[in-house]
Amino acid sequence: MTPPGADGGDTGRGGATGAGPATPGTEGFTALLEDSAEDLYEHAPCGYLSTLLDGEIARINTTLLGWLGLTREEVVGRMRFSDLLTVGGRLYHETHFAPLLRMQGEVSGVALELRRADGGRLPVLVTSGVKKGSDGQHLLIRTTVFDARERRAYENELLRARREAEEAAATAERERESTERERRRLREVLATLQRSLLPPSLPSVPNLEAAAHYHTASPDHLGGDFYDLFPLGEGRWGFFLGDVCGKGPEAAAVTSLIRYTLRAAVLHEPDAVGALHVLNGVLYERGAGGDPRHCTVIAGSLSPLDTDGDGIPGAYSIRFAGGGHPPALLLRSDGGAEYLPTPGGVLVGVLPDPRFVGTEVTLRAGDTLLLYTDGLTEARVGPESSRYGERALLTFAENLAPARAHHLVDVATALLGTFDPGADDDTALLALGVPPHHPQAPGTPT
Amino acid sequence: MDVRRRNNVVITGRPDGPVVMPAHGFGCDQNMWRLMVPALAERYRVVLFDYVGSGRSDLASWNPERYASLDGYARDVLEICEELDLRDVIFVGHSVSAMIGVRAVARAPHLFSELVMVAPSPRYLDDPGTGYRGGFTEADIEELLDALDSNYLGWSAAMAPVIMGNPGRPELGEELTESFCATDPTIARVFARTTFLSDTRDELPGLRVPTLILECERDPIAPREVGAHVHAAIPGSTLVTLEATGHCPHLSAPEATAGAILSFLRERGR
Repeated sequence: MTPPGADGGDTGRGGATGAGPATPGTEGFTALLEDSAEDLYEHAPCGYLSTLLDGEIARINTTLLGWLGLTREEVVGRMRFSDLLTVGGRLYHETHFAPLLRMQGEVSGVALELRRADGGRLPVLVTSGVKKGSDGQHLLIRTTVFDARERRAYENELLRARREAEEAAATAERERESTERERRRLREVLATLQRSLLPPSLPSVPNLEAAAHYHTASPDHLGGDFYDLFPLGEGRWGFFLGDVCGKGPEAAAVTSLIRYTLRAAVLHEPDAVGALHVLNGVLYERGAGGDPRHCTVIAGSLSPLDTDGDGIPGAYSIRFAGGGHPPALLLRSDGGAEYLPTPGGVLVGVLPDPRFVGTEVTLRAGDTLLLYTDGLTEARVGPESSRYGERALLTFAENLAPARAHHLVDVATALLGTFDPGADDDTALLALGVPPHHPQAPGTPT
Repeated sequence: MDVRRRNNVVITGRPDGPVVMPAHGFGCDQNMWRLMVPALAERYRVVLFDYVGSGRSDLASWNPERYASLDGYARDVLEICEELDLRDVIFVGHSVSAMIGVRAVARAPHLFSELVMVAPSPRYLDDPGTGYRGGFTEADIEELLDALDSNYLGWSAAMAPVIMGNPGRPELGEELTESFCATDPTIARVFARTTFLSDTRDELPGLRVPTLILECERDPIAPREVGAHVHAAIPGSTLVTLEATGHCPHLSAPEATAGAILSFLRERGR
């Protein structure tokens, strides 16, 4: 509000000295006009303070003296500005406020606390400016002090809220870390268990290259795929690869059961079809006991041949049977590739007397047989997430053949890596190959 | 991280002069020395730096374990000396940095030739057990931490405009005023506790480099009683009382402070 006559015009003064009855309004004008600079300084609604550069108090207004509960005689020429502060405030003043003031010539709105004569404290906001001489040298420091009780209470609320928020965040972080630790531990257990269901390494078979890979879709779940390669005696070897329907600990338990059953069955049964019947009996019986579990599998045996029929040594005869499993894939040494179907084989463990079909093939030098689970052919690929499929796999094999076992598994593993990472099916790969035959050059000593 | 960048090392003065290494204390940064640097730069190679966590140092290099001990700060000093291959260093430490200097000298005495302590205190807390009076209690230190917190909150509203713009001293770059005394509150709390709860008294008698102690006539943080204690504890030390008030004579009386250091060094032939 601008009072009439504040510009020093006659009207205002006339109002103040006029003879008419004084109204509250005119009394207010009178007070305003008679308000001297000196009175404004002394009784301003804030504290004023002038100090020498070393902090010694040279002037202080009545308002501030009132807040402090001190007399002018006690303060002027006797106390320094920092003497008015709490000890902590004094530390802050010396380490932050004073250096900043000297550098900038002004510091405003710093929160400090004054010590009152009665021992109480008064939260204040302090602004200081340096008065400079004509040549720029510092002469004295002027300081205004505002009562900040209300504001400090509000700030303390904010501070308290901030601390609570920080503590809550820290607690949440600790809980998250604990959950993460628990999850890591579970994953380690699962990985160990998964490894226990697979051979730690494939055995070394004379004149045969064997390679395998197990692709875990999720470290949080046990997969149900399995494979093995093991000796049967007299130069013969057994092998199998399959997929238990379902996941998790129950599937893992069944996988373990299947593995030991098949190992024994392939060893003791005269042929692969018989071995699958043994397995079917075990799983079917278990299912009748209230825990229906079944699997798809290819199982069989390898027998060394003296020659492959064309007189080239080092071949193997492979006899195997399939139950509901995707067909094995043969990559020929001549660059061809073909599926080896075992038609009509049904899921193992579902029917009391199922039909399984056996087949036989000669693995010649340079040939490689690939067994795989449907994680490979059922994987989602491409922008439309269509199934990779058996046709695509065959094309892949035709392009790759001839391929040795390790190379084939490496490339197929890389192929898996290009599939949709959201794929949730595990994949097992087992490749069995006879190394290519390199006829000795004429004249080379044997 | 390159130590020079990490500690915002700034080198000035005579390139072939003896090395003077001024180290700031708790609160602000190397710019505390700016009024004194011209007097030193004529004769000495002046190596300025900010402790990690202060000024324009690399805050990402700060960690609460290392910098919760004065030895962590002393490692900053030693790592800078090593990086720049400094020898016969004249270390000038303000306040707690004087004690950081004591620890640096104790760990690598071969690197230092003189130690200058500006307003030092080996222990800020009173120690009723020995009758030592540092001037403060633990409750006082908590009050300081509260003041730090209050003014952090106040920043956004009140301090920021002042820190950002500086109409009164246009010669100071904005960059400088932004960082000066503007420490991250978490870091400031750790430095405050480390500083004010430290005790380096036991290391003083073993100090074997020539030492100059500068105290102020009236210092609310390091009173003269403390200056006398430091002087008595360090064998062969020199004590000079500056006609200055406050804890920062390098700001309030830069000529006298620089003069006392220069004459001490001149007498020693440096």
